[in-house]
Amino acid sequence: MTRYARTPTEGGTAPRLLLIGTAIVFIVLFLLLPLLTVFSNALESGVPAALAAIGTPDALAAIRLTLLVAAITVPVNIVFGLAASWAVAKHDFRGKSLLTALIDLPFSVSPVVAGLAFVLIFGLQGWFGPWLRAHDIRIIFALPGILLATLFVSFPFVARELIPLMADQGRDEEEAAISLGASGLATFLRVTLPNIKWGLLYGVLLCNARIMGEFGAVSVVSGHIRGLTDTMPLHVEVLYNDYDFVGAFAVAALLALLAVVTLVFKSLLEWRYGDEIAATHRH
Amino acid sequence: MVAIADTPRRGTNRVLPGFGLSLGFTLFCLATIVLIPLTALAIRPWSLGVGGVIAAVTAPRVVAALTLSFGGAAIAASINAVMGFVVAWTLVRYRFPGKRVFDALIDLPFALPTAVAGVALSALYSENGWLGGPLSLLGIKVAYTPLGVLVALIFIGLPFVVRTLQPVIAEMGADAEEAAATLGAAPARIFLRVTLPALLPALLTGVGLAWARAVGEYGSVIFIAGNLPMKSEIAPLLIIIKLEQFDYAGAAAIGLVMLVLAFTVILVLNLVQARLTARR
Amino acid sequence: MSKIIGPALVAAVFLLGAASAPAGTPHLLNVSYDPTRELFKALNARFAADWRQQTHDSVTIDMSHGGSGAQSRAVIDGLDADVVTLALAYDIDAIAQKAKLLPADWQRRLPDDSAPFTSTIVFLVRKGNPKHIHDWRDLVTSGTAVVTPNPKTSGGARWAFLAAWAYALHAPGGDTAKARAFVADLYHHVPVLDSGARGSTITFTRRGIGDALLSWENEAHLALKEAGGDRFEIVYPSASILAEPPVAVVEANAARHGTTAVANAYLKFLYTPAAQEIEAANFYRPRDPTVLAAHARDFPTIRLSTIREFGGWQQAQRQFFADGGIFDQIYKPGR
Repeated sequence: MTRYARTPTEGGTAPRLLLIGTAIVFIVLFLLLPLLTVFSNALESGVPAALAAIGTPDALAAIRLTLLVAAITVPVNIVFGLAASWAVAKHDFRGKSLLTALIDLPFSVSPVVAGLAFVLIFGLQGWFGPWLRAHDIRIIFALPGILLATLFVSFPFVARELIPLMADQGRDEEEAAISLGASGLATFLRVTLPNIKWGLLYGVLLCNARIMGEFGAVSVVSGHIRGLTDTMPLHVEVLYNDYDFVGAFAVAALLALLAVVTLVFKSLLEWRYGDEIAATHRH
Repeated sequence: MVAIADTPRRGTNRVLPGFGLSLGFTLFCLATIVLIPLTALAIRPWSLGVGGVIAAVTAPRVVAALTLSFGGAAIAASINAVMGFVVAWTLVRYRFPGKRVFDALIDLPFALPTAVAGVALSALYSENGWLGGPLSLLGIKVAYTPLGVLVALIFIGLPFVVRTLQPVIAEMGADAEEAAATLGAAPARIFLRVTLPALLPALLTGVGLAWARAVGEYGSVIFIAGNLPMKSEIAPLLIIIKLEQFDYAGAAAIGLVMLVLAFTVILVLNLVQARLTARR
Repeated sequence: MSKIIGPALVAAVFLLGAASAPAGTPHLLNVSYDPTRELFKALNARFAADWRQQTHDSVTIDMSHGGSGAQSRAVIDGLDADVVTLALAYDIDAIAQKAKLLPADWQRRLPDDSAPFTSTIVFLVRKGNPKHIHDWRDLVTSGTAVVTPNPKTSGGARWAFLAAWAYALHAPGGDTAKARAFVADLYHHVPVLDSGARGSTITFTRRGIGDALLSWENEAHLALKEAGGDRFEIVYPSASILAEPPVAVVEANAARHGTTAVANAYLKFLYTPAAQEIEAANFYRPRDPTVLAAHARDFPTIRLSTIREFGGWQQAQRQFFADGGIFDQIYKPGR
């Protein structure tokens, strides 16, 4: 974010150094050290032990499940995000701020509460429980429950990146295209999408990180069946409680690696397409 | 938080097509994934009756858990307000080697799974951890105490404050401050009278977001918390415990309280946002 | 965009396929109680090998662990178990009664009341036993904190409760009133109730809470092995309870999955000498007298009460652990 840097107005090297020093120490202490601990603990018994821990059938199943959940929920979030931002950013209507507040709602709901809500609907004591049981449909303790809980917590990400971006870009180009005779869909694909592609990618990046890392909500609905309904974050907890620290941190390191990759891509996107993405930060 | 810049109204004629479809789909998704489950949450506690709900929510253990979650989040958010401000200011206003890396690190709590953060913090602050070891020599125990909960909440709330402040600090520019300086004001006075008031709205927004996130946090906290009822047990954990005992209504009651409070804060924040946007 | 969608769809299909690939080999879901993770890891490996040798077929056994009562409720709620291996008979009775997933006389299907091994409740204390805890009465001295799981969800916790009750009942001058007072006193010394045995072990060994852990015998030995034998030691009280964790095929689920044959074979396997040897090695008391004799050193003899003295599990559950029962009456957290 060097484009924001300006020369300080306060004179004096001492306050400057003090502030920089404090900030750096705080960041190292609270952010860098935890990250490094993960890798350090994972590699405590050497690289082969860490790799072996990731290669166990249960760990591989957890990795597959996490990838599967992401493969399904990210596209759904993209479609929702595009639809929501098209409706909200390009049109005027009453209740717009209520709608945006609703879209933001999952951000302030505890993941555990989200999982609980789904158990109240689909669990056997819930609304649809007996009906589902009678028709042999499994939602809680199975993949559909995990998908629903994950969707709940990841819903806002793409939408809230795109809405300010599209609002900022205004409707002029789209209106021009329409007046020239283009269909709605063509306008969307040829005019809108290219304008928002970097914002969209940015939102997908954050969304994916959240999806793969979700713990609380999935913990409530999954049933903790090793090899079947344990995602990678749940598997970290399982191994941790099994006294298998190397294993737990090895899987955690894999997730941490994903986080680092996310951060790198995020920085790259901001660096090259900062203008577009900056618009979304004017919250 | 989402602020929609005012777009000029062109009457009620919709020039752009697809409004009905996109709005309909959006509402459908919101309803099925978000609203209906939350409605179930709102309804379930009342199977206990009004008295039952009040009794469930005011039980000492529940009150202790809610106090820890909400109060701990408030303390952590306050610490983040100060430190987040320092970090944001430093990252915007100063140059120093490695700044890009530090800046990117700020988003780590966003990107890192909460369970990973949880085991990492737990290992870091345990008695033979990198930080826990030296601290225990000083007699300070972090892991498995309320202090551990605080550390975890500071971790996950920091980016909210920093990222909300950074663009505002950047846009603010140095003009007002320079003007005050030429008029002879001391740096401290400039800060208090010019800089801080300008940043206060954004700071409040960031702190509010950090607080809301910290209240509901589960994964990063349970590994480092002692989980002792009445002392270091957070509200989300209590919900899970009640679920495991199949006290669905009791769990839903706690969830409802958390939801109502969190939603109120969001609403207030959005209103503040709207007012600020209108004033600009 | 289309350049992304195409490969993405292919990847999705591949992932879905990969996720369901194991469906080719039969899966057994064993829903078990909390401390048995390491035990079944070893048993499952041996059974899969034996099964392959006998039938040239593969089988994968998936495990789920948790407090016995919680697991029982989960199966009633729809957790699709083929086999349940829980801590006490009542939890399987509940599945039979409430969800009708197996017959009411399930316990007669296998030898020894369907319990291939037994166990008991012992104390795990800090090394050096600083609080001098040698028997149940030492647990209620002032300033002593005791860790035990929640009887509402954990099987081991219920066995421990009954063991404490039996101790006070059989103590000189003991009667029902004294037993109740003792158990009430005991639970006033408990700062936190985890939902399962493993949770309590972690609270005690890792979080450093409490002076004594009321633990399954096998879990105590495992804690010594994993959490540091130089930090803890096992204390055998003068008397405890004979815990008989039973196993059963959840017949309705197994029939639906087509796994009845392999499920039955799996449970029968638990009684074979090879399996009994693995159980003994993991500090579960084997039924097989030869194996038990070979490991006699690991299993001290102490006076063990049985559930029959309490009139069986139906009565014990109703009297002590059901809603409004004696446990509810005496345990009020936070006081």
